[in-house]
Amino acid sequence: MNVKVLIAALLLAPAALAQGFAGLGTDADGFAVPEQGRALQFPRDHGPHPDYRIEWWYLTATLQGEDGRDYGAQWTLFRSALAPEERDGWDSPQVWMGHAGLTTPGRHFSAERFARGGIGQAGAQANPFTAWIDDWHMTSTAPDGADAYSALQIAATGPEFGYDLRMQAQGPLVRHGDDGYSVKSAAGQASYYYSQPFYTVEGTLDLPDGPVKVTGQAWLDREWSSQPLASDQTGWDWFSIVLEDGHRLMGFQLRGDQTFTAGTWITPDGDATALPDGALSFAPQGTARVAGRDVPVRWRIDWPEQGLALRTEPVNPQAWMDLTVSYWEGPITVTGSHQGRGYLEMTGY
Amino acid sequence: MTLSALLSHWMRNKVQLAMVLVGLTLATALWSGVQALNAQARGAYATAAALVSEDGAPRLDSATGQMPQARFIELRRAGVLVSPVVEGRVTLGDTRVTLLGIDPLTAPPGTAAALADGDLQGFLSGAGYAHPETLERIGATDMSPAPSQAVPVGTVLVDIGTAQNALGMTGQISHLLLTGPAPRPMPDGLRLSQPETGAELAGLTDSFHLNLTAFGALAFAVGLFIVHSAVGLAFEQRRGLFRTLRSLGVSLRSLTLALAVELALFALLAGLAGLALGYVMAAALLPDVAATLRGLYGAPVPGSLQFSPVWALAGLAMAFAGAGLAGGQALWRLWHMPVLAPAQPRAWAMASGRAMRWQMLGAGLLAALAVALGLFGSGLFAGFALLAAALLAAALLTRPVLALGLALAAKAARAPVLQWFWADSRQNLPRLSLALMALMLALAANIGVGTMVASFRATFIDWLDQRLVAEMTITPRDAAQAVALEDFLAPRVQAVLPLRQVDATLAGQPGAVFAMRDHATFRDNWPLIAQVPGVWDGLAAEQGALINEQLARRADLWPGDSVALPGAGEVAILGVYPDYGNPLAQAIVTEGWFDSLYPGTPTRQLAIRTDDPAATRAALLDEFGLSAQAITDQAQAKALSLAIFERTFLITGALNVLTLSVAALALFATLVTLSGLRLVQLAPLWAMGLTVRHLAGLELARALVLAGLTMLLALPVGLMLAQVLLAVINVQAFGWRLPLQIFPADWARLALWAGLAMLAASAWPAWRLWRGGGGPLLRVFANER
Repeated sequence: MNVKVLIAALLLAPAALAQGFAGLGTDADGFAVPEQGRALQFPRDHGPHPDYRIEWWYLTATLQGEDGRDYGAQWTLFRSALAPEERDGWDSPQVWMGHAGLTTPGRHFSAERFARGGIGQAGAQANPFTAWIDDWHMTSTAPDGADAYSALQIAATGPEFGYDLRMQAQGPLVRHGDDGYSVKSAAGQASYYYSQPFYTVEGTLDLPDGPVKVTGQAWLDREWSSQPLASDQTGWDWFSIVLEDGHRLMGFQLRGDQTFTAGTWITPDGDATALPDGALSFAPQGTARVAGRDVPVRWRIDWPEQGLALRTEPVNPQAWMDLTVSYWEGPITVTGSHQGRGYLEMTGY
Repeated sequence: MTLSALLSHWMRNKVQLAMVLVGLTLATALWSGVQALNAQARGAYATAAALVSEDGAPRLDSATGQMPQARFIELRRAGVLVSPVVEGRVTLGDTRVTLLGIDPLTAPPGTAAALADGDLQGFLSGAGYAHPETLERIGATDMSPAPSQAVPVGTVLVDIGTAQNALGMTGQISHLLLTGPAPRPMPDGLRLSQPETGAELAGLTDSFHLNLTAFGALAFAVGLFIVHSAVGLAFEQRRGLFRTLRSLGVSLRSLTLALAVELALFALLAGLAGLALGYVMAAALLPDVAATLRGLYGAPVPGSLQFSPVWALAGLAMAFAGAGLAGGQALWRLWHMPVLAPAQPRAWAMASGRAMRWQMLGAGLLAALAVALGLFGSGLFAGFALLAAALLAAALLTRPVLALGLALAAKAARAPVLQWFWADSRQNLPRLSLALMALMLALAANIGVGTMVASFRATFIDWLDQRLVAEMTITPRDAAQAVALEDFLAPRVQAVLPLRQVDATLAGQPGAVFAMRDHATFRDNWPLIAQVPGVWDGLAAEQGALINEQLARRADLWPGDSVALPGAGEVAILGVYPDYGNPLAQAIVTEGWFDSLYPGTPTRQLAIRTDDPAATRAALLDEFGLSAQAITDQAQAKALSLAIFERTFLITGALNVLTLSVAALALFATLVTLSGLRLVQLAPLWAMGLTVRHLAGLELARALVLAGLTMLLALPVGLMLAQVLLAVINVQAFGWRLPLQIFPADWARLALWAGLAMLAASAWPAWRLWRGGGGPLLRVFANER
């Protein structure tokens, strides 16, 4: 056991810690818990919420290179709090973790960073918006008066790779669940969850063989909570899909004693429809041997009510994030009733 | 059946059995004890290194000693993967410990390993970790660290924030560890250096461990002498039994097998006993070894022993190998013995002139090898090989030289009994030669190591007197207090001499640069072993630097050469000073130059020259309010240094006594063995009228004469050993060369011990002869011999 595994465990498996008391506003350790009906406010909620246990800024991009090949990029900053407050200096109870991934059809790169809050090495602020850890950053380039997330720049580097991407939003922010209150289990665990799914992207990837100019589409997820998973939930399969007709689909299943599904159907204008538990169904169609385990990298997603029947294929089945906390995350192509591209994250395999 | 017949012999010869078992047990114990000590120490170096940086992660240091924490953030934000470290000394309970503050989130994986299964939340909020021994030493304090074997002794590992608060270093860090690629170009004001690694510490302490191993091997060899003589005797005495068994139809194969099984049984018994004894010995010696390594090299070695199964297996294997080596000859001879070979005891390993010529030839070859190694060899290993070759050559020469001495004495003798005495001594020499070789080796090792230690001690005390001229030394709490102290003391004492240093790599070696104030204290007293004319004026005029002997010898740099100092380029070497007890390279420049090269370096210590130390001490305590712990007076410093020195060689002394005891035991075993056989030779003399008492007296006298002659031979061998230790091994191992000094009183004492050991070894056989009276001698004739 390594310290960083401990940290990562704190960050990504809070179920063991957080016995929520939904509706009371705080849990046993004094952390705030999400409440239904509390409206999200911007730009405030673009910034950090140190009184919640965990939070992330999660950007995934499906990209096409000048060389005609498909690529995928991931930029994530996780925040985890040991206490529901922020303090200056080394006393800060806020711990930050960054993950960066870059997928090519033949290879997959990943890197991670750790930092404590309070000293300036990592953090996030709402106005002007920036989130950073070391030299990795996500910074707003939006003009005054516009939503901070309407234009972003992200950059990250690892031992063998790097990227610098600029995002321009072509639509509004989208709130998941009940106006941003997203239920995560039948027992009522929930988080605040909203997205900016309408980015177009351009930028440069640094690969071992040299830089590649890319364009494509990107999706930003913002989520924070103090108790997002039920204790029996062992992992999740999460999809963000951009269809060729301009619709977007966010859908996930939380695997546990009873599988819990949820999703959001987003029109090209940004109107969102929350899909309740059971509306979507996810069926593995084939596994790949990845990092010594069998991972279901091909899926079928059905939404019978809308006649939606999608099949997904990974750009690279070996998109394993081989980090302190490891999981599968990579770009996918979508066929079936609709065509499209997207990103898939699978944990707990 | 065959086996029980063979074993019955031991029932009747319990002393012989004891010899075999004791010899093998001692050999195994000494060997495995030394191995346990070495393994424990080496494990500790690895721990210490892993905590500070895994795989020798390079270090970024500021030229000024500390750097603002903002520098860390700035580098991280620029993509340079560094981790901050805060390090300093604090007093916990009554003990000074190193407080090591790290940031577990960015630290190299090795550091994090110290926190394995730890409570991160607790660590971040102030809980620390320390070795159980450290905890024991500091007792209960406000900061109550949790026990962890992964933290070196004398260090308390805490979160960096906790360390900053405790050390008054808020917003400051000591240095950075580089966990990714080095930045290019190197940021201003930062220096990249390889930190202390386990390999480095292991390199420095190699000599010490090689020394121990050599002692262990010597003791093992001497132990085998005992086993060899006892097993050989048992073989001779059982010739009749072998013949009987063979006549009864026991095949040669099963007889040999039975003997081999018997030997294996002894090896197992003695091996287990040896392991137990070795463990006890190692546990008893470890505190001294640990103190030695801490004192000499600053190596953090815990004083408690851990048991390792690998070590136990290796020790058992050594016991079996030793038994095989000692008993192999007997088995081989049995295999080649004709069925009905006369069951007549013959003197085993009876000397012929040819065997002696072979020994002399071997001695000559080994001596030539030793000379060649001395002339052309380099490195520690060559030094020890030289020692081994020279000692073996001397051991092989033992018998020819003693034979020569006895022959000369016989020529001079006129009285018949005396003539017989010398002739008989010569006759018995071959049988005693192995044991005498063991004695010679033990004595030579004693003389050699004793002379080396005594020479070192004399030089060291002299050097301490020269170096520790300041009446007292003060360790300020921090830079601010150092300045205040200097202001406070300036009008009250004759001189305040601040000590400032920065870590530096000198000629590729880890070390430090020191500042020296131009003052009579140094000009008049500071010892130098090589210098240019006007060395002190040159130093004051910033024309060059002094370096220590370690650096000079390792890098072959002497006055007239130059050495690169960080920030100053190549600097002329003005002088070389002896610097005993310090493993690292050092250079000294004058204070003004130092301050311009490394501005802002805090003062670590203040040396005070004063006529009235008591008054100065009182003023510091009462008026300035300094804590008594911060003041070290001259006598204390000397006592401390000497105590470290004495402890350093305590282990050597202990091993010396052990090898001498083993040699005495070997002699005893041989003499007991011989005493039965010698009845045949003594019976005619008894028949001619010499009393048993007279004969017993002659036996004792012979033992003394042989001991005396062996001592005489051991003397030059021991001095040669001392010379090699001082001029080759010490230079290679520690980096300093010491003059050989002669201590005849020690030799007299050792000769007395050798005589006593010899007397003790021969007393029992002589006593048995005397008490037996004429009966056994008469029986010799009755047995037709």
